[in-house]
Amino acid sequence: MKGLYLIRYGEISLKGENRPFFKKTLINNIKKVLRDRFLQVFKTHGRVFIEAEGDEDDILKDLSRVFGIVSISPVVETGLTLEELQKAGLKAIKDYGTYEGKTFKVETRRPNKSFPYTSPEISRLVGAHILKNTRNLTVDINNPDILINVEVREKGYVYCKMIDGPRGLPIGVSGKAFLMLSGGIDSPVAGWMVMKRGVEIECVYYHSFPFTSDRAREKVRDLCKILASYCNEIILHTVHFTDVLKELQKKTPESYLTILMRRMMVRITEKIAETRKGMGIITGESIGQVASQTLYSLNATNSVADLPIFRPLIGFDKEEIIQKAIQIGTYDVSIRPYEDCCTVFVPRHPKTRPILERVEAVESGLDIDRLTTIALKNIETEKIMSN
Amino acid sequence: MFMEVYLDNSATTFVNERVIELMNRTFTELYGNPSSLHRKGIEAEKLVKDARCKLAESLSVSPAEIIFTSGGTESNNLAIKGCARSYMRWGKHLITSKVEHPSVLNTCKHLEEEGFDVTYLDVDERGIVDVKDFIEAFKKDTILVSVMYINNEVGSIQPVQQISRTIASKERCFFHVDGVQAFGKLLINLKRDGIHMFSLSGHKINGPKGVGALYIKNGVKLKPLFGGGEQEKGLRSGTENVSGIAGLGKAVEVCIENMNAEIEHMRKLKIKLYRGIMAEIPDVKLNGPDPEDSKTSAPHILNLSFLGIKGEVLVHCLEEHGIYVSTGSACSSRKTIQSHVLKAMGLKQDELECAIRFSLSPYNKEEEIDYTISKLKKVVKELKQIMRR
Repeated sequence: MKGLYLIRYGEISLKGENRPFFKKTLINNIKKVLRDRFLQVFKTHGRVFIEAEGDEDDILKDLSRVFGIVSISPVVETGLTLEELQKAGLKAIKDYGTYEGKTFKVETRRPNKSFPYTSPEISRLVGAHILKNTRNLTVDINNPDILINVEVREKGYVYCKMIDGPRGLPIGVSGKAFLMLSGGIDSPVAGWMVMKRGVEIECVYYHSFPFTSDRAREKVRDLCKILASYCNEIILHTVHFTDVLKELQKKTPESYLTILMRRMMVRITEKIAETRKGMGIITGESIGQVASQTLYSLNATNSVADLPIFRPLIGFDKEEIIQKAIQIGTYDVSIRPYEDCCTVFVPRHPKTRPILERVEAVESGLDIDRLTTIALKNIETEKIMSN
Repeated sequence: MFMEVYLDNSATTFVNERVIELMNRTFTELYGNPSSLHRKGIEAEKLVKDARCKLAESLSVSPAEIIFTSGGTESNNLAIKGCARSYMRWGKHLITSKVEHPSVLNTCKHLEEEGFDVTYLDVDERGIVDVKDFIEAFKKDTILVSVMYINNEVGSIQPVQQISRTIASKERCFFHVDGVQAFGKLLINLKRDGIHMFSLSGHKINGPKGVGALYIKNGVKLKPLFGGGEQEKGLRSGTENVSGIAGLGKAVEVCIENMNAEIEHMRKLKIKLYRGIMAEIPDVKLNGPDPEDSKTSAPHILNLSFLGIKGEVLVHCLEEHGIYVSTGSACSSRKTIQSHVLKAMGLKQDELECAIRFSLSPYNKEEEIDYTISKLKKVVKELKQIMRR
């Protein structure tokens, strides 16, 4: 079924000189998400109309995941006579859902001044038509439950349903960053939050088979699939990390294992980012959540990277992160019981206050460059599409 | 050298070629509905009848005593729920053991909610029920006893014949045996063993998944689990899974052709594997009965704890060498899902986490066992170094 959708965008309209670029990116992202359902686009001031073919609910669901969109309304398009506008108004309210017992108001804009009625007249006449043909629906000018919008342009447009978009900025306007994605609850949320700021992300997952199951890797792929539903596709880099872990395990005191492992992961992620125009690293860390996330530990991991490390969850507590994960749809996958790092490599008593100098001293016995090279040679890269 | 060695046959098995051949025909030519009046229906009905006869023959029972189901789980549910609900007027007490398959244990839990009283028998350190405990638990109002023939995790053989003698001394009590792991691995004589109901499953004997059977002794009346078109004498409504049933029939036929020799073959391999591991690898603990004792130990299941090495890690390490085994418990750093069987046998936490099950089929070869022992030796040595702390 062919349909017309009005897309409102917020922040983009604030961005002066860059506005055309932002808008173009948004439209491109919409096209990507709709794929062959996309038919054409009409741009007006501050808003975009998209014509698309397909199931309305599916299209609305997909559009509601495009960053940069504030809200979406399915629009009834109609000819330029009063009767047609009235008919469209009635159709809009009937498509709205249960309207009985609710209040409504008609609001009209008329940029096309050749139309023989004024805006207040159109509102009144369309409203009267709706009242006549429905039951148990009343008018409330000040605080209506349902706002019916009529726009008179080269054609007539009527709409009343409004679906929230995710807001934020269109992906691609803010460069690219690399998300250290584990199978847990936090990192996908962290990635989502940075994506929302218009940043394209690629994911890096550290796999330590046979110490962790291939199901853990499958879980990470499924998480990527969900993240991809907000941007169409995600690149996932799987780093085979076992050899590095084994060497760390063999040559360093147990209590330093976690921090040294984190430092290696950041180093490797940065190297991958450097070759792929990445401008930042994203992690799901939040202060104090576990031993590797104290300020001491964060300092000790931070110091190995030149790129900035973004930690959008830094001030969140676990419950807040879980709520966000449920909202974006990653929670159910994250709680599957396959661990990203098996207990073999989790020290019983990790250092909660790793002093940087000490960490560096422990590390000096290792050939870091060689370890990094080993890991970089063992990367599999794949593209994961949304469904 | 690399070999693929599948030693997880108690989880499931590959499907025998002859089974596939017959099943293929059921998809392309013999695809009728057994309830149809025309020739296509009659052909399909004949396939089901043939399969029923083969099963009956293999168990030395009458074809009318065989019902086809979707597998072991459904057979166990139908036997236990169907019998308990049908004979509750005689009493509401059931006896089972703590090491049964979840499809038995959870069914019993379910019946407890319906007001039945269930005794769960303990097992010894070998995973075997003590007949004395059973006699003690046996009451006037006991209407059903459900015990597995061979335990799926450790391969212990339960004293089914002794239990049945006690049951036979009393009227109004039925005996269900979960034989999913036992069919093809033991000489089973349902009449001699006084068994009223016996569950079996297709995919454990190189047949297809999604099909199983329940032997129901003539005269035992079960309440069906669900209603419908009254197929399988009203006990299992729904159009017959003709392909699966035909496949199961063929799998049974193949399975019993050389059964005695195959049982000997599996036992020989199991003992070789056990002795080899014990000789070559330190700190290994046997979970279950002595593999050399054919009265208490199944020919195909060997459960060992490689102390100090998490089972899941060992599974994945062996997988890299093409060897497939399973754990006694699934590892996860947050929550360890523990084996209720090993727990009931009194294993300590660290022994539980290190348990590995090897399960053989008649198709395993001696060189596969040699290969497995040598790879195990190598892998365990490497892991011990990593996990030294």
